[in-house]
Amino acid sequence: MMKYTIKEDPHNDERVREIMEISGENIFACYQCGRCSSGCPMAEFMDVLPNQVFMFLQEGDVDTLLSARTPWVCAACFTCTVRCPVGLDLAAVMEALRELQLRKNYDYVDPYRVENREELPPIALVSNFRKFTP
Amino acid sequence: MELKKIMFYPGCTLKGVAKNLEDSTVESARVLGYDFIELPGWTCCGAVYGLAQDSVKFTIANVRNLIRAQEYAEKIRDNRLVAVCSMCYNNLRRAHLDVMKNRDKLQTLDLFMDEEPDYKGEINVQHYLTFLKEEGFDKIAENVKKPLKGLKVAPYYGCLLLRPDEVAIDDREDPHILEELLEILGAEVVDYPLKNECCGSYHTVDKKEFVAERTFKLVSVAKEVGADIITTSCPLCFFNLDKRQEIAKKKHSGFEHMPIVYFTQLMAIAFGINDDKVLHFEQHYVSPREVLSRWL
Amino acid sequence: MAMKRIGVFICHCGRNIAGTVDVKRVAEEIGKREDVAFSTTYVFMCSQPGQKLIEDSIKEYNLDGVVVANCSPTLHERTMRNAAARAGLNPYRVEIANIREWAAWPHEDNPEAATRKAIRIINATIEKLKANASLEPLEVPVIRRALVIGGGVAGIQAALDLADAGIETVMVEREPSIGGNMFRLSETFPTLDCPQCILTPKMNDVGGHPNIKLYTYSEIEDVSGFMGNFKVKIKKKATFVDWDKCTGCGECLRVCPVSVKSEYDLGMKDRTSIYIVNEQAVPLKALIDQDSCIRLKFEKKVQEGKIKPKKNVKICSKCADVCEPEAIHFKNNEEIVEEEVGTIVVATGYEVMPAEAFPELGGKYPDVITALQFERLLSPSGPTAGVPRRPSDGKIPKSIAFVHCVGSRDPQNGVPYCSRICCMYTIKQAMLVKHALPDTAVYDFYIDIRSNGKGYEEFYHRAKEEYGVNFIRGKVSKVYKVGDKYRVQGVDTLTGRIVEVDVDMVILATAAKGSEGVKELAKKLRIPYDEWGWLKEVHLKLKPLDTPVGGVFIAGAAQFIKDITDSVAQGSGAAAKSLGLLSKPQLEKEPLLARVDTEICAGCGRCKDQCAYGAITIDPIRHVSVVNEALCEGCGACSANCPTTAIQVVNFKKGQIIRAVDILAEVF
Ligand SMILES: Cc1cc2nc3c(=O)[nH]c(=O)nc-3n(C[C@H](O)[C@H](O)[C@H](O)COP(=O)(O)OP(=O)(O)OC[C@H]3O[C@@H](n4cnc5c(N)ncnc54)[C@H](O)[C@@H]3O)c2cc1C
Ligand code: SF4
Ligand code: SF4
Ligand code: SF4
Ligand code: SF4
Repeated sequence: MMKYTIKEDPHNDERVREIMEISGENIFACYQCGRCSSGCPMAEFMDVLPNQVFMFLQEGDVDTLLSARTPWVCAACFTCTVRCPVGLDLAAVMEALRELQLRKNYDYVDPYRVENREELPPIALVSNFRKFTP
Repeated sequence: MELKKIMFYPGCTLKGVAKNLEDSTVESARVLGYDFIELPGWTCCGAVYGLAQDSVKFTIANVRNLIRAQEYAEKIRDNRLVAVCSMCYNNLRRAHLDVMKNRDKLQTLDLFMDEEPDYKGEINVQHYLTFLKEEGFDKIAENVKKPLKGLKVAPYYGCLLLRPDEVAIDDREDPHILEELLEILGAEVVDYPLKNECCGSYHTVDKKEFVAERTFKLVSVAKEVGADIITTSCPLCFFNLDKRQEIAKKKHSGFEHMPIVYFTQLMAIAFGINDDKVLHFEQHYVSPREVLSRWL
Repeated sequence: MAMKRIGVFICHCGRNIAGTVDVKRVAEEIGKREDVAFSTTYVFMCSQPGQKLIEDSIKEYNLDGVVVANCSPTLHERTMRNAAARAGLNPYRVEIANIREWAAWPHEDNPEAATRKAIRIINATIEKLKANASLEPLEVPVIRRALVIGGGVAGIQAALDLADAGIETVMVEREPSIGGNMFRLSETFPTLDCPQCILTPKMNDVGGHPNIKLYTYSEIEDVSGFMGNFKVKIKKKATFVDWDKCTGCGECLRVCPVSVKSEYDLGMKDRTSIYIVNEQAVPLKALIDQDSCIRLKFEKKVQEGKIKPKKNVKICSKCADVCEPEAIHFKNNEEIVEEEVGTIVVATGYEVMPAEAFPELGGKYPDVITALQFERLLSPSGPTAGVPRRPSDGKIPKSIAFVHCVGSRDPQNGVPYCSRICCMYTIKQAMLVKHALPDTAVYDFYIDIRSNGKGYEEFYHRAKEEYGVNFIRGKVSKVYKVGDKYRVQGVDTLTGRIVEVDVDMVILATAAKGSEGVKELAKKLRIPYDEWGWLKEVHLKLKPLDTPVGGVFIAGAAQFIKDITDSVAQGSGAAAKSLGLLSKPQLEKEPLLARVDTEICAGCGRCKDQCAYGAITIDPIRHVSVVNEALCEGCGACSANCPTTAIQVVNFKKGQIIRAVDILAEVF
């Protein structure tokens, strides 16, 4: 989709505000330097780059982000968080995007279908389920 | 020699797939004169810290752990709680800092857990590395029996020892504490530029292929900079870097395996411990035996 | 004595005041006072008709005092006082009641309260005014000499303009040669002039100007005095060489066995222990660096008793042995000299953050360097004769990456501001690489290209269109070494892809900051600075060269990082400002100063301890406090601490202030 129509001021968009509330971050502070993306270890597997996440939010386009793979690919490694020049906690924003869906009782991962559970370290399972299930 | 009692938080993983980490930690500590006592009544740390500002649910378990530590600290008169798993360390320390900074959060939790005493905020959560450094690395030097001379080690910190800033055990972009320790053990430390990059973490559960790509990159670069072995302190990093080499090798012809060990295993070896019950090399996918043979 | 025929003029300030405050009602209320002979309102008191209204009213109503109720006195007190003076009223009989910032603006939502507060502010001001004395400005003599601190291009320009106008000018530069950072540059954007070619004539002019007294390798030790009459102590650092004898022949450099990193070349080249900054240095003199010279180090150790002098062992004196004019004496010739000047121009320039401050960007590797270091490698007079080579192995780089905004625009890890010049110099450097090495690939990682100057945007387009520089939009996050190469991990935010490229060298456009040590200098001058070491101007738009200390001006990059064009313009500007002061035979000074009632003064000296300007002495015979009017700034610190109210600032006497406060503090 190469066209997007802005219908209302994204600053007033309810879901944008909710994301800001859950994450505690002012997403409008991002000035698109790109440093989050260039340092992100998972970026090559994403469909929307971390800096683009902020641009979509700044344009009020939450829909695109809710159907994107990115929030579910983020590893919460905090590389972007510590390097962002304006101090945005991107990891928290990614979490907010997941929470928006998880809080509607959405399961991104089905714990019962995980392969080779027994070989996996417990911290892998616990962290995965915490991030990906309600 | 009388051993000094120190509270030790093992965490779930050390009790199963990471016996190699637990036993080498406890044994290396013993050599240095510490009795690492498993914190009575500990529960899972939760592995990842909750980032949503409007929820405290992920903080409960850790505050409970801190309360357990608070009780035991009085008995042994030492308020340090040592963790060696990076995730446990990160979670416990973040929880402590979080409730200290946001007192209302602490209040909510104290009320919620009305069966428990209140958390007074006096537990000093430390990573084993920081603990050792504070106690003095020279102590370690005194106990090195088999210097790891000639072993080229890539020190790997991963994320959770260094990020976010408030829990960093060293400079987040150019940490040196592990290097310092390894040099004392006699190893040759390589300049490993990806030492603070993520291993792919919990995606290993549902997106193994992504993690295998990370492993491929982290291991190949370690090879390129001349390492024989990578050392880490996190059981999840360990698992990803070690086990996921299996997929990496299938996908990338020419990829060569490299063994992964915990820094505590290297410490134990340098202290002259050559005991399978401590080192547990059977828990490694890529066996370190050959690379370490000179010291075993 | 006390005024009886006061005029009150209430300004609407368009709708700024009148939109909230009921100005008509205020005028009526105030008009009821017995001591007010006339009160009125006008739409803009500061306009010419507004001022005329004051002048005419003073004459018509024979006013003996005026209150103008408008905006802050910092804006228009002067205007109104001048208007009164034109009508023959002593200007110190005019006071400003600030009803805009104090009443209208803060109470926009409550016009009634704003109106009543305005009335009260005016009443209080009238009370203060009534005890004002008529005053005449003080006259102080002027020393018609100027001091310029810092010999970069801004300071050089200021000194030459002053000297050409006939002012004897003292220049103090802490390095052994003048020239500043511009002298390090390769070529200059956007014209690609050779900086040495255009700067050396000016440097030589400074060196030979009959009106310029040049102290290089010198620092300001102490500054005292005031506008028109500064006393400056200058420390000439030890050179261990007699500069009157040294001819700059350079024979000594050829024999000195020691080699250390050259400061001028920013570590890109070595120099000897005895050195001359470069071949075009002004002055062209040799000096010995005592921290590396074998002989001086030895002598120091002997002096400290750490070693015993051995007989029959010859300690190095190779340089002195070959010096024909016998200039090298190895004696510590540090010296303090004093100069008296009327004005001071501070042009101490900038420095850049070191590459090492950015480990994630590979700052610890030898081939990852700052752009300023790279200027040396691109300079025809530099260590590689203008053809860049890798510092690590001397190889010609086949590919180079440039990273913009390193530490700039990054309040979390560096400085919050844009360093302004780096976009342009990076583009320039990319072009120069292409000049010298047409086959070398150049990757320029930028966030935004900031090219807002005459000819700048065109310059950028040339780099894109004619030089084949690759521009990639996105900030680099990591640089690391793999084998012989440096891997740059970036992003292209426009296509939304991660970009990786392996290169031979990486150039970091690191953030600029005020020069090292500038804060200490600023403290000596009592001028303000910010946390990054930029000297603060009085008003960013309207007084960019002034400081709050009269007679002290700032110019060039010392105020904030800027390019050569702007630095030179400011140098000339600061010279003109100085000339404005120095062209007067006498300077006028506000007479609002502290005065001592010697009847009451107990001579306790508390006032003396409080005075930041050293204006107070205690007369040892009469045992009373004495104020030096030339030094006093009228700040009032003394009077606030006087236990007997003996020392007070004229027209800010205790009674006046208390009466005004009483009115302001009445129950609302
Ligand atoms: C990499 C790079 C490339 C650049 N390329 C260009 C270009 O192509 N074109 C362009 O227009 N601009 C360029 N610039 C900007 C240019 O360098 C500055 O505009 C210019 O040097 C500013 O001159 P200045 O005299 O204000 O400061 P400086 O050049 O910094 O001079 C200040 C002088 O004051 C002295 N000093 C400092 N502190 C004291 C003290 N306490 N006591 C006594 N002396 C002191 C210093 O030693 C120095 O000699 C470039 C800058 C950089 C970093
Ligand atoms: S690092 Fe921060 S400012 Fe830069 S693009 Fe990412 S979120 Fe925006
Ligand atoms: S926290 Fe997520 S988005 Fe940020 S760098 Fe790590 S993986 Fe990428
Ligand atoms: S004495 Fe020797 S070391 Fe010292 S400056 Fe002269 S030649 Fe160099
Ligand atoms: S001038 Fe350009 S490179 Fe320098 S800080 Fe500003 S935007 Fe960044």
